[in-house]
Amino acid sequence: MASTAEMTKEENNWGGGSRPLGARYGKLMMWFFLLSDALTFSGFLTAYGLMRFKYESTWPIAENVFTHFPGLEGDQPLLYVALMTFILIMSSVTMVLAVNAGEKMNRKAVTNWMLWTIVGGFIFVGSQAWEWYHFIMGDSGAIETSHQEILHVYNAEGERLSFSQLVHGMEEGHASNHGETFSKAEVLTSLESNKGYYLKEPGKEGEAFTHQESIAFLESGDVVQGANMIRNEYGRKQFANFFFFITGFHGFHVFSGVIINFVIFYNVLLGTYERRGHYRMVEKVGLYWHFVDLVWVFVFTFFYLV
Amino acid sequence: MAEQVGTWWIWKVFWILLVITGVEVVLGIIKPEIMLGPFLGTSILNIVFIVLTLVKAGYIVQVFMHVKYEKKALKYALYLPSLILIPYLTFILLTEGTYLFT
Repeated sequence: MASTAEMTKEENNWGGGSRPLGARYGKLMMWFFLLSDALTFSGFLTAYGLMRFKYESTWPIAENVFTHFPGLEGDQPLLYVALMTFILIMSSVTMVLAVNAGEKMNRKAVTNWMLWTIVGGFIFVGSQAWEWYHFIMGDSGAIETSHQEILHVYNAEGERLSFSQLVHGMEEGHASNHGETFSKAEVLTSLESNKGYYLKEPGKEGEAFTHQESIAFLESGDVVQGANMIRNEYGRKQFANFFFFITGFHGFHVFSGVIINFVIFYNVLLGTYERRGHYRMVEKVGLYWHFVDLVWVFVFTFFYLV
Repeated sequence: MAEQVGTWWIWKVFWILLVITGVEVVLGIIKPEIMLGPFLGTSILNIVFIVLTLVKAGYIVQVFMHVKYEKKALKYALYLPSLILIPYLTFILLTEGTYLFT
């Protein structure tokens, strides 16, 4: 009888001893944690999308914000973040190689690949710190109106000017302020003496103002250099808040991943898993590490590309 | 897993991920004119970025995270919640985002 057979099968499933999901509890728990974490991150990224849709016309364009590359002058959009992506993918690959070696009980190879994974994770966290540093220090500077709108300085040819170029002149000044701070009085004097210069909102369809309007905006407003949670020179304050929060939360995952990886690496060195007879712990932290890579793939697209 | 021999399949996925990322970066830098036209509420270029991202995510989850070789029940347990809830949340919030203007 088919029904009897089904009943027996069901009893077997609930009576223990069978594995309906074909995975051990540790791996399952890691998976369900990652699933909930994925929902958390999608909450952050869609909230970012919500704000971006709301302020679509004046939302800062990421490639005008993240333009630095170590050792290179001028605008290098996307290059640095592409390098970071490469480092994280690479460290994901070394992690798969470690898991693979673990299945073959090859302790030496696991040690080797775990070490490379930790190194990759460290480089990634360091790169993120470097990017945060430049984001916080600022680049060109901006004017904040009394209504807390951010405006950028442009010349008659429609080129964006940094405060350095505005105050020291196009020849002497740098495209980036290089850490130099400028007072409101300095910026105001320079803006008044260059009749062709005007202020414009950031973003794709930012509105441009006349020279007279621009001076009035600066007189009632202030200058902003760099970024913090309250104001930033790039545009909407939500932009910096989301940047700090999303890349910060991801960076915290990478950082904790490096620590967990190190604990596992140390246990591999001690021979814990050799004695245990299997390297399943390496597989579990491997899942976590790939998840960190997976989230970065989405952050890369929705924060930097789109 | 017993399904794969050697490590060539790992490097294959590595090259796929690297090439896709390279294509994304090149497209992001040159931004071809023809791809900037409006399409599905955004530009063709952005849709290309999103599709390429989903392909990358698919390779990471399926191969690196081994889901391809898991039992059907586990696949459903992982895919159903994420593939229903995340697009739903995205749809609701992006739709609301456009209404926030008014």
